[in-house]
Amino acid sequence: MAANLPQAMAIAQIRDENARTKTFVLDGRLEAAPGQFVMAWLPGVDEKPFSLAQADPVTLTVAAVGPFSRALHSLAVGDRLWLRGPLGHGFTLPERGSSSVSVSRPHPERGSSSASVSRPYTERGSSSASVSRPHPERGSSSVSVSRPHTERGSSSASVSRPHTLLLGGGYGVAPLRFLAERLLATGHAVSMIIGARSAAELLLVDAFTAMEVRLWLATEDGSAGLRGLATDVIAPALAAAPAETAMVYACGPTGMLRALAAICQARELPVQLSWEAPMRCGIGLCSSCEVGDGWLTCLDGPVFGFDPSR
Amino acid sequence: MTLPPLTCDFLGWQLHSPLVLASGIIGASASLMARAARAGAGMVTAKSCGPTPRAGHPNPVALDWGGGLLNAIGLTNPGAQEEALLLAETKRRLAPLGAPLIASIFAGTVEEFGQVAAIVAQAQPDLIEVNISCPNVGDEFGTPFAGSPESAAAVTASVRQATTIPISVKLAPNVPDIARIARAVVAAGADAITAVNTMPGMVIDAASGRPVLSNQVGGVSGPALKPIALRAVFEIAQAVPATPIIGTGGVVTGQDAAEMLMAGAAVVGVGSAVWYRGVNAFGQINVELAAFMAGQGYPSVAALRRASIRRG
Repeated sequence: MAANLPQAMAIAQIRDENARTKTFVLDGRLEAAPGQFVMAWLPGVDEKPFSLAQADPVTLTVAAVGPFSRALHSLAVGDRLWLRGPLGHGFTLPERGSSSVSVSRPHPERGSSSASVSRPYTERGSSSASVSRPHPERGSSSVSVSRPHTERGSSSASVSRPHTLLLGGGYGVAPLRFLAERLLATGHAVSMIIGARSAAELLLVDAFTAMEVRLWLATEDGSAGLRGLATDVIAPALAAAPAETAMVYACGPTGMLRALAAICQARELPVQLSWEAPMRCGIGLCSSCEVGDGWLTCLDGPVFGFDPSR
Repeated sequence: MTLPPLTCDFLGWQLHSPLVLASGIIGASASLMARAARAGAGMVTAKSCGPTPRAGHPNPVALDWGGGLLNAIGLTNPGAQEEALLLAETKRRLAPLGAPLIASIFAGTVEEFGQVAAIVAQAQPDLIEVNISCPNVGDEFGTPFAGSPESAAAVTASVRQATTIPISVKLAPNVPDIARIARAVVAAGADAITAVNTMPGMVIDAASGRPVLSNQVGGVSGPALKPIALRAVFEIAQAVPATPIIGTGGVVTGQDAAEMLMAGAAVVGVGSAVWYRGVNAFGQINVELAAFMAGQGYPSVAALRRASIRRG
């Protein structure tokens, strides 16, 4: 039976991303969707959740913010860490050739990965679509409206690629790298907004610069890019977009996610938010990661197609 | 094909489903317990609370090892006084859903069990489940009480004296003769029995040479527990046929639930299935159980229960 035992992986490469953030490239791979997370375990230390920055090879981008992440930062190439996962529901790609975008429906990759990697009961993948909206009054705002987009390869070449807008705040940028690569590989145009307090805290700018994305930077102190919050850049980024925006994706501080959800609701844009919460079991038992009125970040999320805190 | 109703009787209450959210799963939040009821649980059980707040064990506290789950959360709880507020709020939210609320309590001594029961009783839960069998806190709580008929009965009597609210005693599977324990707690005043708690177990990560759980050992649940639970429920049903059983352990599908009813359970606890199928597991199991009953010609849960197995 498929298990979710911790897998030992050795560190193959360590990169300094900024003063307090390192990227760890491991010598293993996972069948995972962008936005899914792993529980990373250092025996005798602790176990903490991290969104995947890459799945093949497994890559984690980690800011040193507490005892566990500082212990991770003290590791060297060749040292091992243990990963349980992938867990949770990740980002889904905008539906192609459809006039309505349903953000709650899992894309095929996600269904297959969760079935093959972790669980004997494949129904779970299909159940998630209905689980994610037990409150009918809730979902209406986030799924009701979308913009039709022209399919790739159609005659109107100038708008052939559906546009997606990604916002990463602080270390929330990490999982969006994985998502951006997946979006580009599946024929989407990508605009990426990276926000941070200051230029020194911007994350993965080089990685995104190397990708075929429209990159926007925002810093609260104005030391790089536009002065302000990542959400302040949404209007210009949308105005400069090459096509209608089929989906907005974000990962970052709760305040940013809530503000973004409100903006997207006002603009009638579908949105997917990667939420962060204190995590213990990671598998839906302990309720530590509850957000809002009964949403489990580990099982229902961490990616929600609406603001789960409302 | 018209599906048969899943309504059933438990301690005089008319439930809309025989499924019960088991203690320890998403039971630390009124919102989540209400969500379980909306998803299809006929009753919900709160997470166990003790006399004082406990943070629980450090991570890792749980994992899916393949044949089931192993957990040692460590009785994380806010203490009985705070729990009473949570229970009152939960009861308020469950009322319009028609789902009774089960409080769950643990304690370190026989006397403390009565004290904790009296505190949570202020919230007027419909039933108090007496957790004498948590395997995850060593001898600190639980296990010793479930291990002998005398201590199990002493705890039951202590809680019985502390409240008039019906009580169900939650038994451990790892005892030599669970029927003796069942008879003892019923004689001491238990209105119902919950069987079973998780089975003590261990998962070792060979690469690190360490147990995965920070507590080293934990409780096995999920599919691996089902045959153990079925046997325990069967033994208890033979021993105390007039006492309703909340049969709990490894129920993930509608057919699992039917098997638990056939073993002699009055209602069926569901816990680890939340991991395998999400919170909506309750609705899915309900539909599967009703479809099973229709296919087999059982017009009601009561009819299915009448088909429960007798010792041959």
